[in-house]
Amino acid sequence: MIIALLSDIHGNIEALNACLKHAAENGAERYAFLGDLVGYGANPEEVVAAVARCADQGAVAVKGNHDEAIEKRAGYMNDATKESIEWTRGTLTAKGKKFLSALPMLVRDGAMCFVHASAASPARWDYVDTPAVARRSAEAARTVYTFSGHVHDQMLYFEGAQGKWSAFKPTPGSSVPIRGHRRWLALVGSVGQPRDGQPAAAYTLFDPAREEITFHRLAYDHVAAAQKIRQAGLPEAHAYRVEKGV
Amino acid sequence: MPEQIAPGAVVDGYRVAERIHVGAQSEIFRVSEPIRDFPILMKVPRIGPLEPDENLISFETETLILPTLTGAHVPRFVAAGDLTRAPYLIAEWVKGESLENMLKGGMLPPAEVARIGAAIADAVHDLHLQDAIHLDLKPDNIIVKPDGAVVLIDFGLAHHARYPDLLAEEKRFAAGSAPYVSPEQVLGTRSDPRSDIFALGVILYEIATGHLPFGVPRTMAGLRDRLWLDPVPPRVRAPEVSRWLQEIILRCLEPSADDRYQSAAHLAFDLRSPEQVSLTGRGHKSHQAGLTGQIRRWWRARGMRLRANAKPRSRASEAAPVIMVAVDTTHPDDARQPALRRATARVLSLSAEFRLICVSVIRGGPGAGGSGDSAHLDHLVLLRHWVDPLRLSPQRLSLHVIESPRPEGALIEFARRNNVDLILIGAPNPTQHALAWWRSVASGVTARAHCSVYAVRIPEPELDAEQDDDST
Repeated sequence: MIIALLSDIHGNIEALNACLKHAAENGAERYAFLGDLVGYGANPEEVVAAVARCADQGAVAVKGNHDEAIEKRAGYMNDATKESIEWTRGTLTAKGKKFLSALPMLVRDGAMCFVHASAASPARWDYVDTPAVARRSAEAARTVYTFSGHVHDQMLYFEGAQGKWSAFKPTPGSSVPIRGHRRWLALVGSVGQPRDGQPAAAYTLFDPAREEITFHRLAYDHVAAAQKIRQAGLPEAHAYRVEKGV
Repeated sequence: MPEQIAPGAVVDGYRVAERIHVGAQSEIFRVSEPIRDFPILMKVPRIGPLEPDENLISFETETLILPTLTGAHVPRFVAAGDLTRAPYLIAEWVKGESLENMLKGGMLPPAEVARIGAAIADAVHDLHLQDAIHLDLKPDNIIVKPDGAVVLIDFGLAHHARYPDLLAEEKRFAAGSAPYVSPEQVLGTRSDPRSDIFALGVILYEIATGHLPFGVPRTMAGLRDRLWLDPVPPRVRAPEVSRWLQEIILRCLEPSADDRYQSAAHLAFDLRSPEQVSLTGRGHKSHQAGLTGQIRRWWRARGMRLRANAKPRSRASEAAPVIMVAVDTTHPDDARQPALRRATARVLSLSAEFRLICVSVIRGGPGAGGSGDSAHLDHLVLLRHWVDPLRLSPQRLSLHVIESPRPEGALIEFARRNNVDLILIGAPNPTQHALAWWRSVASGVTARAHCSVYAVRIPEPELDAEQDDDST
């Protein structure tokens, strides 16, 4: 059963819809949302409602730092980010806020662990950005596969024979065998706010039966999504990021 | 615990027959059933408490990469067993002789060295085009088929740009085979296709002279010698090696990858066109560097560690393309000639490491009653005159006059045989004469060439639609 892994949607309903459609067309039957449903983007309520509908049908969803910031002050965030969090708090319905608040920090399911940042300390929101940090997260997860977001780029970390970890930058659309006799940690990319210079939405498909992972990038109407951020009166920086993918 | 695989066993429906090879890392068996339209073999890694881990990792690497490779220069992949239960790999049993067998410790005549070398370079180029690097080229891993083509085997140390490199951190052994491994592999880089060019240089040296340029080092310090050591020139070892072949071999063996051939296609081309190889100091060398020279090389090598970890290279066909331009020297004053030259200059400006092949096809060949050698030479002069304004260094350029009654077929065949990435050719405008384009050599080449074709036209004023309709 193919699992779609979606993270860092950040209130971008256009990007989310594009990824969900692509996932369904490519055989996804399960969904896992790896946090940061809201923040930055102009449609947090729509995104939360869409994820809640999937969760009702069995999708996994975990909490990200932006989701947490809706109910809990996040002193570490910069002013523009705080501004969008406050706007989001004012926009979300009580039902939406309740859904975010109830999200778990980490979910384990068989050989898989889903967590927004590092499984070693999920609430500290550490970036998994080196092989050593990936190793600590995977060891704490105690599963073969760990799927995370938070870092907006797509990356695949894996365990070598001597216990040393390596990083691999995947090619979008090219499936990679990830066999279960060694451990893997995948950063699935950001649906709603990619930052690698390309505005295309990022998400990932994992096929547990074939032990294969495919990282995807999808074109969607990012200009419209950026325009909505401006129209909502949110900081220009957030619109610019979505428009340029930076 | 993995199952024991031995002759007589049936594994996942495959009947294991006799053992045909025992290596340090794996054993190879013939597979007698099921019968396919090509013979197959089963490779089984040697694993167990007494065997090193790397056997399994390089086996895993091979089962990751081989299934993704296609074409005439790799064995066809058939199946792989579950790594944790019954690790095995089933692939085509390529019929031919390994280069190791052909050598039997001796050497080959220079013409044979060039022929086999070019065939190996073709195979390596084909592999590089698929985003893979072999990284363990040696005579054992090269099978020469009865038709002279080469198949590369054993992808246990290979690297593929679209798959995780399981050997990336396994520095202890990932280097390769001691006599053939490139300086950058010794320093831990596994992502440079030019490492295969170095190994191919060692192989050419070995088959041409019967000696290994850097011996068989047994220690890390010994391996590092190739970062600076100036090998004995091949012509000193074997006087029958010509200067052009020595030039090619020593260029492959340059310690810095930037100084080698940048593409296996360029190497194959030179091995097939000795008359086009432009000699530098390498070809004329008659002794190893003296003490001062060796010290200078050693000093330069100290900086190599940093450079070895530079950014990964893009594909050879993009970074170092082979570009062919078809020049009609029988009509030197044709109005399209300057346009074709300008287009060529534009294309060449896009890459620093190109190779340009200028080709003219003249009517003639056996029985054509042409004026033979003198006509050939006349056209060569015209070809040189055509390309002179581009001011290219002789290392980047070669000129060929082909005599053939069928220019279209001759160009297509020449381009395919020389791994050309792009053909530039002058084309008639469809409106110039009725049916001109469809009858032209350009249309035939565009339709049938294996690679991209750039048809160069002179823009012409728009004609009325009626005339256009008449011509089609």
